[in-house]
Amino acid sequence: MNENIIDLTIWQLAAAYVFILLLLLIVKIRKIPRNKEILVSTLRMTIQLLLVGYILIYLFENPHPGWTILVVLVMVTFAIWNIYRRVSSGLDKKMKQIIAVSMAVGTLSSLIYFNFVVIQFSPWYEPRYFIPIAGMIIGNSMTGVTLGVQTLTEGMKDQRQRVEGALMLGASPKEASRKIVNQAFDNAILPTINSMVGTGIVFLPGMMTGQILAGVNPVTAIEYQIAILLGVAGAVALTVILFVQNGYKVFFNEKSQLNEQI
Amino acid sequence: MFTFQHISYKDILYVEDLHIEEKTITALIGESGTGKSTLLKLMNHLLSPTKGEILYQGSPVQDRNAVELRREVAMLSQNPVLFGDTVRDNLEAGMGFAGKPLPSENEMKEALHRYYLDKDLEDHAEKLSGGEQQRLALARITLLDPTVFLLDEPTSALDDELEHDVMEAFISYAGHQEKTVIFVTHSRAIADEFADTILDITPFSMQGGNDNE
Repeated sequence: MNENIIDLTIWQLAAAYVFILLLLLIVKIRKIPRNKEILVSTLRMTIQLLLVGYILIYLFENPHPGWTILVVLVMVTFAIWNIYRRVSSGLDKKMKQIIAVSMAVGTLSSLIYFNFVVIQFSPWYEPRYFIPIAGMIIGNSMTGVTLGVQTLTEGMKDQRQRVEGALMLGASPKEASRKIVNQAFDNAILPTINSMVGTGIVFLPGMMTGQILAGVNPVTAIEYQIAILLGVAGAVALTVILFVQNGYKVFFNEKSQLNEQI
Repeated sequence: MFTFQHISYKDILYVEDLHIEEKTITALIGESGTGKSTLLKLMNHLLSPTKGEILYQGSPVQDRNAVELRREVAMLSQNPVLFGDTVRDNLEAGMGFAGKPLPSENEMKEALHRYYLDKDLEDHAEKLSGGEQQRLALARITLLDPTVFLLDEPTSALDDELEHDVMEAFISYAGHQEKTVIFVTHSRAIADEFADTILDITPFSMQGGNDNE
């Protein structure tokens, strides 16, 4: 990387926390009860990133396929767990299984394609590439599936009469829930599409900003950014479609009746 | 056509013995909350009985493919449901659900006209009144041309005169086409005039009435 890069001293970094103090001051004056969350999330962000920093240093210095695979598996598992946690309405066991399988299959297959066909780095387990790319793909897919799960479960609840009305006329469960499934897919991929539209004009994506700040030539950073945005869009679409195509089935029994608990 | 023997559904209904003949018009009456909708849903296999087997044409409903059965024994819900934006979308959606070819423009207009709903096919269905939506739903299920019609208060939002005319139009169609019709009504007059058999289901009810059907 570039030698001109400024390595932040601990004091410079500490000065950045003034922004959080400002935020705390605002919520205090406005009496918005969020100060605890702000403190906890700032603390968590700091500790998590510091830990990740040290883990990454270790991994970069000791590249090993086993470590890379382990890290990616931990990421996927954490993402799945996070989806379970973030969806407020209780998820039943079958729904959880579908979420887990869609996340695992969708993200890992996108990741394999992206690494082996698009970027083509070697060795294939090179953590400097593998881990950040996996993070982008898994993180965005996680957000997509969370939105998909929420839209699907709420849609099935709110539009129960409509779904039932379609079943009564002889619609298959797939037909009866088509509109809700499409809505869930749409809601899930919308943030990804929006981020492509606004990119470069409204905001500079985090990865690219980071690379440029770290001294990489902006054109190289942009090439990576384009590839990553496309890869993320593909991974989100694949993960979400896997989820919605199977997720709606949970709401019906083998007699094509709506399950009662929803 | 339908035979119920010792059928129960949760603590809502218990039907000891009930037989509904083919090609007849049956009116289901009874206080609200006695399980009239539940009875229709059991025949449509939208619900399965907790105990017993309902026979349709001599064979258990449970053994049939539920989706195929519903295409033959179609049901209209108590509150009309809209599928899509326009009147046309709504009429076509029914055929889509049942896997049937789309109706022609004329067939659709005729079906609307039959129930005194002279709306344009491109009109927005959401702008129709409750009574107009009910007639749209009735036109939709008529286009589907099922063997058995299960209608849950199909004309409840209409005034007496229009209710009478719409039912008359429907029953005349059903008679010509030799359909089996089972409908729920709150109007004794409608039941008296149009049904071959009137069935008060209050004795089947395991509830006092007035719960949510």
